[in-house]
Amino acid sequence: MDGSIITYNTRDALLKFYDENIGKLNGKGSPANAEMRGKAFDAFSSQGFPHTKLEKWRNTDLTKALNHGYNFAPDSGSVNIDEIFRCDVPGFNTHMVSLLNGRFIDRGKQPKQAEKGLVVCSLEEAFEKYPDLIGKHYGKYASFEDNSMTALNSALARDGAFIYVPDNVQVEQVIQVVNLVYADGPAFVQPRNLVILGRNSSLSLVHCDDSVNEKVGFVNTVSEIVLSEGARLDHYKLQNKNDRSTLINNIYFHLEADANLSTNAISLNGGLLRNETYVKLNGRGSHADVLGVYLMDRNQHVDNYVFVDHVVSDCTSNELFKGILDDQASGVFNGHILVRKDAQRTMAYQNNKNILISDKAVIDTKPFLEIYADDVKCSHGATVGQLDTEAMFYLRSRGITPHNARMLLMYAFAAEIVNKISIPQLQLRIDDLVKKRLRGELSHCDQCVLHCSSKEQKVTFEIDMSKI
Amino acid sequence: MLSIKNLRVSINGKMILKGINLEVRAGEVHAIMGPNGTGKSTLASIIAGRDIFTVEDGEIIYKGMNLLDIPVENRASEGIFLGFQYPVEIPGVSITNFMRTAVNEQRKYHGLDPMPAAEFLAKMEEKKRMLDIHAKLANRSVNEGFSGGEKKKNEIFQMAMLEPSLAILDETDSGLDIDALKVVANGVNALRRPDNAFVVITHYQRLLDYIVPDIVHVLFDGKIVRTGGRELALELEEKGYEWIKAEAGLS
Repeated sequence: MDGSIITYNTRDALLKFYDENIGKLNGKGSPANAEMRGKAFDAFSSQGFPHTKLEKWRNTDLTKALNHGYNFAPDSGSVNIDEIFRCDVPGFNTHMVSLLNGRFIDRGKQPKQAEKGLVVCSLEEAFEKYPDLIGKHYGKYASFEDNSMTALNSALARDGAFIYVPDNVQVEQVIQVVNLVYADGPAFVQPRNLVILGRNSSLSLVHCDDSVNEKVGFVNTVSEIVLSEGARLDHYKLQNKNDRSTLINNIYFHLEADANLSTNAISLNGGLLRNETYVKLNGRGSHADVLGVYLMDRNQHVDNYVFVDHVVSDCTSNELFKGILDDQASGVFNGHILVRKDAQRTMAYQNNKNILISDKAVIDTKPFLEIYADDVKCSHGATVGQLDTEAMFYLRSRGITPHNARMLLMYAFAAEIVNKISIPQLQLRIDDLVKKRLRGELSHCDQCVLHCSSKEQKVTFEIDMSKI
Repeated sequence: MLSIKNLRVSINGKMILKGINLEVRAGEVHAIMGPNGTGKSTLASIIAGRDIFTVEDGEIIYKGMNLLDIPVENRASEGIFLGFQYPVEIPGVSITNFMRTAVNEQRKYHGLDPMPAAEFLAKMEEKKRMLDIHAKLANRSVNEGFSGGEKKKNEIFQMAMLEPSLAILDETDSGLDIDALKVVANGVNALRRPDNAFVVITHYQRLLDYIVPDIVHVLFDGKIVRTGGRELALELEEKGYEWIKAEAGLS
């Protein structure tokens, strides 16, 4: 043992990187954007990275994840994305765009309804082409004063996906954003996405975070998603990263009157996953379903923080997160519902259910309601348990081995979330992935979970036990 | 087929079965009757393999094997089926999925390949027809939101699918209306064969109007106190269990 331990100061390295690249970073942004960037940088440099003394980060420690000699602008110019990533989607025709190391890869492909005004392009391009939309929405929802990871992203992000759906346009094709990291050494990337849904428009959006190799990576994503009056968004986050990856995913949904959001976070693999989901119900009659399922094992860690803000009256929100943790995996769920004084006739429900398979797996779950209105219906609940022994005996008494009985029960537990996926092909695909994950057959090598290289099988039954 | 000798079983130090002797041969239907709390369900559970009990003494020989040494799932594959008194609800697992897994696991145990999907579906349809079950079972979660009658019919359906050698029906008739009772009874009668056997546990004589037993046992205070033909059930119906209690108390 030579005993030499290298310690990297990622914070200082980032501050230096900012100083050296501020010109490039501001690029095509307006003076207002540059000003915001400066403020965000100040916020980050004064707060630094989150640490476990902060209540919101008590159970998620970034220390190890930050102790790498990260490259903050990995070169992706020479990478042919089609070589590292193959598109092969049976029966699921999406408009797919990729982010490589935080940069939008332009294949020159237009979405089908481009003639109706639908825009899917790089954020950098949007800064140039759509300054009004950027001026109106960019940075308006992701507040960074009290969130240093959002501050860091706001200070350093250059690019990401920009999606604009004009009023009354119903986007027929599912849009899929695949976020990849590919570099020789440890890479630290900060994609930034902005999605704007016009009045009475609708969109299905799938956001995949994947690894293409075993390398250490740190992704700090911020997405702002605006639903104008009467807009509908069906949103999925699929996370299948390698065990050496850290993914911080801060997403800000802003809903105007009668908007309808369904967001579903499906975490299949990842070293450290932290999803912060902010839902602001800012217009009467808006509704949000915030769902998630996480299946973690080995030393993986998943942390879901959900903040639902009922600003006005007559809104509803429904939160359900379910998780299965095995081995030494750890999980955190923090759900916070705020019902403001004027938010009468709010209905808000929150539930977190967990199964711990091994006695070394850990879950910290903290539901929290903060209510200032008097005419509301709210409830919250959290359960942590093992697999039901009565059900185990019932299954075994029919000849099913304990291993497969456990598998069936775990699958059934996760199915409650998977069954809520409203795109049939996607549901089938994710259902298949969950089965694979539970059987231990899913690796991050499946790449984008929707572009899995294994051949699609027709699944007649809910689970194909013949494979076990 | 089944031979139980001097079986003594306790739970948490309390003796439940105090020396059971029972012989069941292929082709027979046995009825075990008795008041509540006398050990009927314990006997059923111990044969199926529930491990919350302690076997203090005695043995269970099934098809020449020492049954108590065999894990639950292998007992099922060897042909033992327990119809539960309180079938368990399993949200998220469909009946099709459950039965296909069970059928294929039992086939695997016997070194057979999984049943092809088409064949399996045809078998499900055939059994549903045989049992006169019309409800669309296939896509419903196991027992979830089922009425009492539906749960019991579902037990009989599973029995039909798995074709056991020895089926133990634990108070399958309790809480059933007459129509559901007939479905259950017709199922048993349709599945009766010279090479299989049934042990029907019941509190009431009523079921035995439809399933005619060869042998009737009366279980009381952890022991079989009377064994006879079908007429014993009728006698019980007439005189009630007080008669047995009095007799057992005297002896």
